[in-house]
Amino acid sequence: MILWQLFLSYLKIGFFGFGGGYAMLSLIQNEVVVQHAWMTNAEFADIVAVSQITPGPIAINSATYVGYTVGMQLGHPVYGMLGSVIATLAVCLPSLTLMILVARFFMRLKNNRLVEGAMRGMRPVVIGMIAAAALLLIFPHSDAPGDRNFIDGWSWALFGAVLAGSWRKVNPILLIGLSAAAGIVIYGLF
Amino acid sequence: MQALHTIFASFFKIGLFTFGGGYAMIPLIEREMIDRRAWVGRREFLDLLTLAQSVPGPIAVNTAVFVGYRMRGLRGAAAALLGTVLPSFVIILTIALFFAGIRQNPVVDAAFKGMRPAVVALIIGPVVSLARGMHRILYIVIAATALAIWGLGWSPIYVLAGAAAAGIAWELTIAGKLKTRGSGTEPPKRD
Repeated sequence: MILWQLFLSYLKIGFFGFGGGYAMLSLIQNEVVVQHAWMTNAEFADIVAVSQITPGPIAINSATYVGYTVGMQLGHPVYGMLGSVIATLAVCLPSLTLMILVARFFMRLKNNRLVEGAMRGMRPVVIGMIAAAALLLIFPHSDAPGDRNFIDGWSWALFGAVLAGSWRKVNPILLIGLSAAAGIVIYGLF
Repeated sequence: MQALHTIFASFFKIGLFTFGGGYAMIPLIEREMIDRRAWVGRREFLDLLTLAQSVPGPIAVNTAVFVGYRMRGLRGAAAALLGTVLPSFVIILTIALFFAGIRQNPVVDAAFKGMRPAVVALIIGPVVSLARGMHRILYIVIAATALAIWGLGWSPIYVLAGAAAAGIAWELTIAGKLKTRGSGTEPPKRD
């Protein structure tokens, strides 16, 4: 059953979601695009774009959206909504359980050498995971049109411009808005 | 004792008004929790942030669950979690419901073609800023991780678990020896 699989996938994503939103993207991508092929690489990029320009944690936004998309494969918006609820719930469940345990029993966790060691070991890997998510978005495993986010020279030009903008601390929502406008001019008008 | 709806409302506001998630939410949580409601002290809040980052899951969700639980137990945790998640959930679900209808629109399609490379650039930005200042050897770890997941198709979960195990092994063996050699038999700091 696809909804049960969705629940398990997002439970896994929530449980291993160390290092914040962007690092979780790699986990989500691995489950949703690579393992289960619930959506193409381009659809995944669209979801990340929508998550960026709407409020809230990116992990929650993407869970709601991916859940809807996966549920819709059963053919009715009711399943889509059910999928949203399931994925969002599943991604929060590990946080909820673990944080309550921490609040109850492990207030000393921050001075724990094992936790410190694990965090230190994971730090570079989390950065590598973010890089892997970006690499897969640029160079997908398949050559199908639905997997390609970089379609021509304009894509690379926009990529470069936004990268420069983000280094200069320009607001990311503004950058995405400008890229959308540029996309309309480039691909809509010509 | 705080009413559950106050806890819910506070976190609803945090969920509704923070764009970019995670770290972008911290200043708002800080203002709401410390300055406005005085639910946690500033020092305790810093400890809480460290804890929220040591536990998997979105930082905003972790912080909400912790603060909610401390105030009203399980119900408080549930109210805080619901408050944080509900704005995202409703907004995204609304977009998803209407998006299918306009997805084939050529203007929307063109806009998304422009946004896709932008999203990738926004993801790469933090890679560089996070890696800055790290030891050179760790650059190799970063690159190897990226290549293993993207190129070899390794599951990020195994890489993450391996790194945690390696970090613990390092802390228990080499780091411990370095510390005792460096500073004598000083007991570990506790506060």
